[in-house]
Amino acid sequence: MYKKIRVLVGKPGLDGHDRGAKVVAAALRDAGMEVVYTGLHQTCESIVEAAVQEDVDIIGLSILSGAHMTIFSRILKLLKAKKAIDILVIGGGIIPDDDMKRLQRMGVRKLFGPGTPTSEIVDWIKANAGKSKKRPAKKTRRTRRAPKKSTK
Amino acid sequence: MSILKSLLAGDKRAIAQTISMVENDIDTAILERIFRHTGRAYHVGITGPPGAGKSTLVNAISKRLLKKNKKIGIIAVDPTSPFSGGALLGDRVRMTDLALHENIFIRSMASRGSLGGLAQATKDAALVLDAAGMDYILIETIGVGQVELDIAEVCDTTVVVLVPESGDSIQAMKAGLLEIADIMVVNKGDREGCERLVTELKFALEMREQKSGWPYPIMKTTATKDEGIEELVSAVESHAGHLVKTGSLEKERKSKLLLRVHELIEQKIRLHLRESFIRENELVKLVDRIYKRQLSPYRVAERITKELVRSSR
Ligand SMILES: Nc1nc2c(ncn2[C@@H]2O[C@H](COP(=O)(O)OP(=O)(O)OP(=O)(O)O)[C@@H](O)[C@H]2O)c(=O)[nH]1
Ligand SMILES: [Mg+2]
Repeated sequence: MYKKIRVLVGKPGLDGHDRGAKVVAAALRDAGMEVVYTGLHQTCESIVEAAVQEDVDIIGLSILSGAHMTIFSRILKLLKAKKAIDILVIGGGIIPDDDMKRLQRMGVRKLFGPGTPTSEIVDWIKANAGKSKKRPAKKTRRTRRAPKKSTK
Repeated sequence: MSILKSLLAGDKRAIAQTISMVENDIDTAILERIFRHTGRAYHVGITGPPGAGKSTLVNAISKRLLKKNKKIGIIAVDPTSPFSGGALLGDRVRMTDLALHENIFIRSMASRGSLGGLAQATKDAALVLDAAGMDYILIETIGVGQVELDIAEVCDTTVVVLVPESGDSIQAMKAGLLEIADIMVVNKGDREGCERLVTELKFALEMREQKSGWPYPIMKTTATKDEGIEELVSAVESHAGHLVKTGSLEKERKSKLLLRVHELIEQKIRLHLRESFIRENELVKLVDRIYKRQLSPYRVAERITKELVRSSR
């Protein structure tokens, strides 16, 4: 068999709209990915636990409640605690530019504003999933080799 | 610590990554190493038509088992889209009560083109959970209609879930669902038509009962209200007891292992054929002649197989 991209699509927090999350989940499935959908009102703890057990490449969160700063930082902290920072965190929702920059510095890999075409999300995931994944031994070897190449 | 050691110690990240390895066929050597640590978990299969409430039942059953201090591994299979190859795995939505319990591990699996209601790697994933020390492994199939039913090949107890909406007992008989059920559940007991379905099923199952000595129970549940779940869990436990008492557990597990060996041999031969023996170019040329009716597919297959047998001697 071949490696499939696995993505967890979750909806943390209290707001009750998961239409956007469902649309994205369906688009990712149609692009050939395996999408674990966790449903509404998830706590950060349960999202991270699910991501670990499902061994996903990416966590995609839809946040419309305005609580994005607290939620993303909590998610990243929990991933770190579980030694699972190779799982990339991305998100979508209404997020002001300043917050976006802060979130990306914090370690959120990509944020999509409202109305982003799903094809853009698909392309980003295909380009980035699995890159930082697993086998830390191999990864360090690759980074060690990298400077040699650039000196040529 | 090696991944095997962490896995045997029940570490969840290690379990998850090992399942990915066997699912993606990256490292089946790990199965070789874990196999001798397996054989302890009791396997329960939950199958039935789409939307019958399988996931909700798994959730309710697990909550009972947790109270008995059991460790539970759950594998929930959902269908892969034949068009895109992708899958929407949504069984977890019904299991949010369990997500954070330390004695629970839930893994969603896409069927990836497999037809019997499970994924090809489901058996191997179950081995991984077994090695990790689970007491129970609950396996939820995709919603099956009238297809082959692999679940009974994996599980010690197979629970078939029907609902009044899924039709009458004739439909369940056609689909082969009655033949594989050790326990029959009519879920959505809060809906109309439950009693009638229970009565019909009792009638249909009477004949089977006389042969095996196991009184195939038909339970009524309302999974969303947690009704009838305690009785269902007791029925699973009595079935396990029955299998042990009659010596069937060992017998059936042995015949499942025999089947597994056959399966693996066939897989290996198929792979070997594809990789080394069948010369695709030559075959394509032969197809030309078959198309013109100068040769038959039967003759060609016969000749190639004979050649293969000769070369392997
Ligand atoms: N009224 C009623 N609804 C129920 C009951 N059990 C489950 N449901 C509902 O039925 C729907 C389907 O339940 P699931 O548990 O997802 O069914 P499933 O068999 O796992 O579905 P698939 O995995 O998609 O085949 C959900 O909306 C449940 O809330 C019940 O006992 N009574
Ligand atoms: Mg389900």
